[in-house]
Amino acid sequence: MNKILLIIKREYLSRVRKKSFILMTILGPILMAGILVVPIWLSLQKSEKQKIEVIDESYQFSYISSKDGLRKGLIPENESVHFDYPEIKIEDARAGFYDTDYDAILYVPRNLLNGGQLGISLFYKKQLSNSVQEHIRTSMSKMIYEVMLSQNKVNMNVIKDAKDKSTFELKTIQLDETGKDKETNTAVNVGIGFACAIAIYFLIFFYGAQVMRGVMEEKTSRIVEVILSSVKPFQLMMGKIIGVAMVGLTQFILWVILTTSIYSIAAATVLKGMDIKRVQQKEEVIRISQDLDASHMGKIERNPVVDLWSKFENVDMPEILVCFLLYFLAGYLLYSALFAAIGSAVDNEAETNQFMLPVTIPLVFSFMIAQFVTQDPQGSLAFWFSMIPLTSPVVMMVRLPFGVPMWELALSISLLIGGFVATTWLAGRIYRTGILMYGKKVSWKELGKWLFYKG
Amino acid sequence: MPSILSAQNIVKRYATHTALDDVSLEIPAQSIFGLLGPNGAGKTSLIRIINQITGPDSGTVLFEGQKLSPQHIENIGYLPEERGLYKKMEVGEQALYLAQLKGMPKAEAKKKLKVWFDKFDMNAWWNKKVEELSKGMQQKVQFIVTVLHEPKLLILDEPFSGFDPINANLIKNEILSLKEKGSTILFSTHNMGSVEELCDHIALINRSKKILDGPVKEIRKNHKSNTYEIEFSGNMMGFTNSLWTFGKLGEHKLEGEYCKAQVVLTPGTTANQLLESILPVAQIHSFREIIPSMNDIFISKVNAENPLGTKSNFTE
Repeated sequence: MNKILLIIKREYLSRVRKKSFILMTILGPILMAGILVVPIWLSLQKSEKQKIEVIDESYQFSYISSKDGLRKGLIPENESVHFDYPEIKIEDARAGFYDTDYDAILYVPRNLLNGGQLGISLFYKKQLSNSVQEHIRTSMSKMIYEVMLSQNKVNMNVIKDAKDKSTFELKTIQLDETGKDKETNTAVNVGIGFACAIAIYFLIFFYGAQVMRGVMEEKTSRIVEVILSSVKPFQLMMGKIIGVAMVGLTQFILWVILTTSIYSIAAATVLKGMDIKRVQQKEEVIRISQDLDASHMGKIERNPVVDLWSKFENVDMPEILVCFLLYFLAGYLLYSALFAAIGSAVDNEAETNQFMLPVTIPLVFSFMIAQFVTQDPQGSLAFWFSMIPLTSPVVMMVRLPFGVPMWELALSISLLIGGFVATTWLAGRIYRTGILMYGKKVSWKELGKWLFYKG
Repeated sequence: MPSILSAQNIVKRYATHTALDDVSLEIPAQSIFGLLGPNGAGKTSLIRIINQITGPDSGTVLFEGQKLSPQHIENIGYLPEERGLYKKMEVGEQALYLAQLKGMPKAEAKKKLKVWFDKFDMNAWWNKKVEELSKGMQQKVQFIVTVLHEPKLLILDEPFSGFDPINANLIKNEILSLKEKGSTILFSTHNMGSVEELCDHIALINRSKKILDGPVKEIRKNHKSNTYEIEFSGNMMGFTNSLWTFGKLGEHKLEGEYCKAQVVLTPGTTANQLLESILPVAQIHSFREIIPSMNDIFISKVNAENPLGTKSNFTE
């Protein structure tokens, strides 16, 4: 037992002291923060204003001013797009396009209201951004819609009112045994579940591969023979697996600490103007008054950030964190034993491929299953794949935010633990033969035989 | 002399072949025991069994009379033929690690390592990574690691390979002084010169079977072919005639008046009778019995065992 501790210590220290570990530990949270912050930051960046000339043959989006006889436009502009309505023919506009500084020509055919909307085209030099295209499409579509209604003598306000009153978001509330309400949000649940699943998937791969490479290093450098004259093969294998697991835990804990501190620093500086607590309180007041005065319903703008935040808070974060650690550890132990067996059976990296595939397939497969699980988190597909040890680490993490009965969780974890005891046993038998076998291309049949060798 | 290690009827089979077929060995304490055999004969399998890296399919190994068990690990030191250390690990740290795996307390290991590092003048390497050392330096580190815990039984597989003659001599002297201090050395090598020089006993394994064992002196004596080498001046014809029925002329070389000839005695004849008969015709410069080298014995034994066409790929 003392010797396995020595091995764990060496495996742990030799990895934690590496530059790549320190770099990963620091860069990880920065990357994570980057993934969260950069898209927001990018979307906040103002793009250059696009100048578009509109050739409106239909006169639905422009009119001739009676004051100065010039054509005036009606399509709403915003900070990223500006429209001009010159009095020229489309052929001339196209021919002279590159002599002008316009970014695009928007052409509206004459017979707009009789199916001509299909002929509305945008000619460009360089592709316009999606948001500009979307702005043009929606605002024009809305204008045509309103014109059509008014031409048919339909009151706009009736439509608007009907629309407002028929639009709602389905509030989903879990009523737990104690009679307390818990507002949930499917999107948030899917997001959290998937984030955890992705993290587990990558961590298992990453640290599993480290175990495999470590085993191969010992085999190819031949030190394994010296070590095996002092300890049992199983001790060496388990020492490595546990050592690397502790490296993973260390990294994970450091990431959590670093990410939270980076986040809180960023929140303190970036979101300075926004006092979340106060906004939330205000929100609360509004909600109460909402309930009191039902007639005001639907017209109150809720702050979406605060809304999302409150739904985050309704997810049982400690439970998810604890389960994440459990599933990561048990899943890692299960897979890394297989990775160790592969590393012991081969002589070089290239040979690992034929064995890697069957090991990675269940992991990749569980990821595909996860898509369906989000559709129906309590269905039988979700249930069974969150019980099978090879897929449960990923699939159960996806299910978890939707709420999973305690007995299912307990069963799944016990099966997973049983699973890793089984794979570790199998791997140990392959390992002790493979690690001393050189210069032999190993087949699956061969591995099968190794299982039954006597020590 | 009591045996430190006794292997009895060891059988080890792999899927397609038998690596050891009923092999028994007695290794006397405080001796140097040579384990010989062509490549692939089963030496490494036997060494791995003694090191408890693998187990035999049948047969028992006794260490100092007790059944071999994990508690004996710290009494055995092993230097495998394929040397290996963690390349990215520092020398001192690695040596400490391997010593601790052999059951030495850290402080004691550190103290003893200092003594060895002083002796081999390699203190400057302590904080270097193994990959920064030359091959010879790595070999020295590995040798120290092997003997550091002062094992009763030391298993050395080709200990001199990779060393220059000076360092090989250094290691040889260390091995001899370890024997003086009471260690027993199981020595596996293809270098027959060093077998004659160092080994007290040998065992020869060929094709999974032990085909010869015993004290080196006895084996060489038993394999003599009653051949004498005579250097003399005189008439070759007269010399040949004088042999009569005492012996048969073997290889011989003439350099003017000076001759060197090998004579194989006919059974029943003594060296003295031969001498008497050639004395009148030749001026003798030297007369000595040819004792076969271990190399000759090895080759003749192994080739006799192996059918024609499948000679071992043994080279010295």
